[in-house]
Amino acid sequence: MSRRLFVATFEREQDILAVTGAVRQHNWNILDIYSPYAVHGLDKKMGLPPSRLPWVCFALGLVGASAKVGFEYWASWLDWPVNVGGKPWDSLPAFVPLTFEIMVLFAGVSTVMALFIVSRLFPGKKPQLISPRVTNDQFALVFEHTGGNVDIDEVHHLLKSYNAVGIEERVA
Amino acid sequence: MASTEIGLHKPLIHGDKHLAQVTRDVCEPLERRASAFWWIGFLISLAVLILGLTAITYQISTGIGTWGLNNTVGWAFDITNFVFWIGIGHAGTLISAILFLLRQRWRTSVNRSAEAMTLFAVMCAGLFPLIHMGRPWLAYWVFPYPNFRGPLWINFRSPLAWDAFAISTYFIISAVFWYLGLVPDLATLRDRTAAGLRRSLYSFFSLGWNGSYRTWQRYETVYMLLAGLATPLVVSVHTIVSMDFATAIIPGWHSTIFPPYFVAGAIFSGMAMVLFLMILVRKAMHLEDYITPRHVDVMSKIIVATSGMVGLAYLTEFFTALYSGNQYEQFVFLNRALGPFAWAYWIMVSCNVLIPQLLWLRGVRAKLGLVLVICVLVNVGMWFERFVIIVTSLHRDYLPSNWANYSPTSIELATLAGSFGLFFTLFFVFCRFLPVIAMGEVKGVLSHGRRRTENPHES
Repeated sequence: MSRRLFVATFEREQDILAVTGAVRQHNWNILDIYSPYAVHGLDKKMGLPPSRLPWVCFALGLVGASAKVGFEYWASWLDWPVNVGGKPWDSLPAFVPLTFEIMVLFAGVSTVMALFIVSRLFPGKKPQLISPRVTNDQFALVFEHTGGNVDIDEVHHLLKSYNAVGIEERVA
Repeated sequence: MASTEIGLHKPLIHGDKHLAQVTRDVCEPLERRASAFWWIGFLISLAVLILGLTAITYQISTGIGTWGLNNTVGWAFDITNFVFWIGIGHAGTLISAILFLLRQRWRTSVNRSAEAMTLFAVMCAGLFPLIHMGRPWLAYWVFPYPNFRGPLWINFRSPLAWDAFAISTYFIISAVFWYLGLVPDLATLRDRTAAGLRRSLYSFFSLGWNGSYRTWQRYETVYMLLAGLATPLVVSVHTIVSMDFATAIIPGWHSTIFPPYFVAGAIFSGMAMVLFLMILVRKAMHLEDYITPRHVDVMSKIIVATSGMVGLAYLTEFFTALYSGNQYEQFVFLNRALGPFAWAYWIMVSCNVLIPQLLWLRGVRAKLGLVLVICVLVNVGMWFERFVIIVTSLHRDYLPSNWANYSPTSIELATLAGSFGLFFTLFFVFCRFLPVIAMGEVKGVLSHGRRRTENPHES
């Protein structure tokens, strides 16, 4: 069975925030919202769970730091020990700055790469725009009417009451 | 759609803008033909860059004996320039990361150009250690890699090795942070540019961004994480730079105050450079509604605060020398203030500590021309600070028979000029091809301090 999708466009931040709450109250399934900027608080209204990317950041930071400190010990104590000014082989304090730098490097770069992978962003990808204005000044709400009969008038009435400037039905 | 100001917060962006207006105001300068001002500035910068490149070619092909260094003064101009440029970069990260974590929402108007400035300044900084190596084609020797000499690893206990890692990490993380911020704006540009080379480039680099809020949510998370990583990173970078000096046993360098002293100085000079560029950009690109006198005001306050920290560090250094009872330490500081380089010392003190005090006055902060002059003087002063620290600590050491003087050669002066040429050339190119204001962020603060009327659901 094909799904009936509604695409409603709005021009103001407070409308998109309010309508998202209202659509959720009707238990209609919000597929996504397209907006020109990160509207503050919209994720709560949409009921999105917090992103799990901080775990990537933490894990790769840990990997970077431990790999680096391990490598420093291995290279300057085991593989080719060089006595520099009689400094001890176990120079942990002197290894701290580099360990920190590599931790930041690993954590930062891998988190951004993880973002690009989970959001399927890659160079040269053809954008699938819901409306040409969503990167400029328009907000688009895409939702699916779930549960039995679709009362088109009810949907239109609700969206209009939140100043929807365009309502479209698409079959996906 | 009317709006009224509400009393608690003053609006950040002037002129009651709508979203489309922001896009237009920021994108239109990129779509017009370049102005005469742009061409003049760009060509002058390019000419200075070419002068610098000529000097660099000459000194690399001849050897760094073309510099004015001698046995006693083994570090001078080159390392001064390196520390100066790294310091300039730090204000960009302060604005993009630290002020983000502190929820200073005015930063949205200036963070894009400040981050660009960071990148360009780090490029200029990286140039100098490369030249100083004498054989820059072997620069990769500073990184540990499997080699046929053992493998012989680098000395991980040396601050110079830390430096190479710190600067590279700083550059990479700043570039990633900057690019991440650019992606949504590149998508905006892509969607308003007619088909052609420009559109293909914007399209390629905007990664198929379509404004999906699921992506925005992850994007915001990552932005926050990067800000959290960049904040200690920026502190660590200048700390490590200061350790190049502080771990040496030279009187005047061997001091535990160096890390905080250098970090405060870096933010001080960098903020002056951001403010200098912003005052020019707002005028040249007609962005007066976005970069408002209020931005100049708050950045001036940061300058006066960091000026105080730097001044305190100068005094503390003298006190430490006095209190240590170490005659060599005391000699270095007296020699700084009264010796042959006293002129440099007093330029430093007047430009860094005395002149910025004018910014306490609201009237001074409101006169943009005057602020511009103070910013230039602060940068002159901060350049001299590094010169004073490096040269005066070296030129008279324990044995008077070793004492020597230092003066830069024309090659060194041309290289310094060339680094400014590189910096401004890159900045002019940036202003021409990329949005100087982060549209995606400014749009989010448009409603700050305003209440939009005529909303049926708002009581």
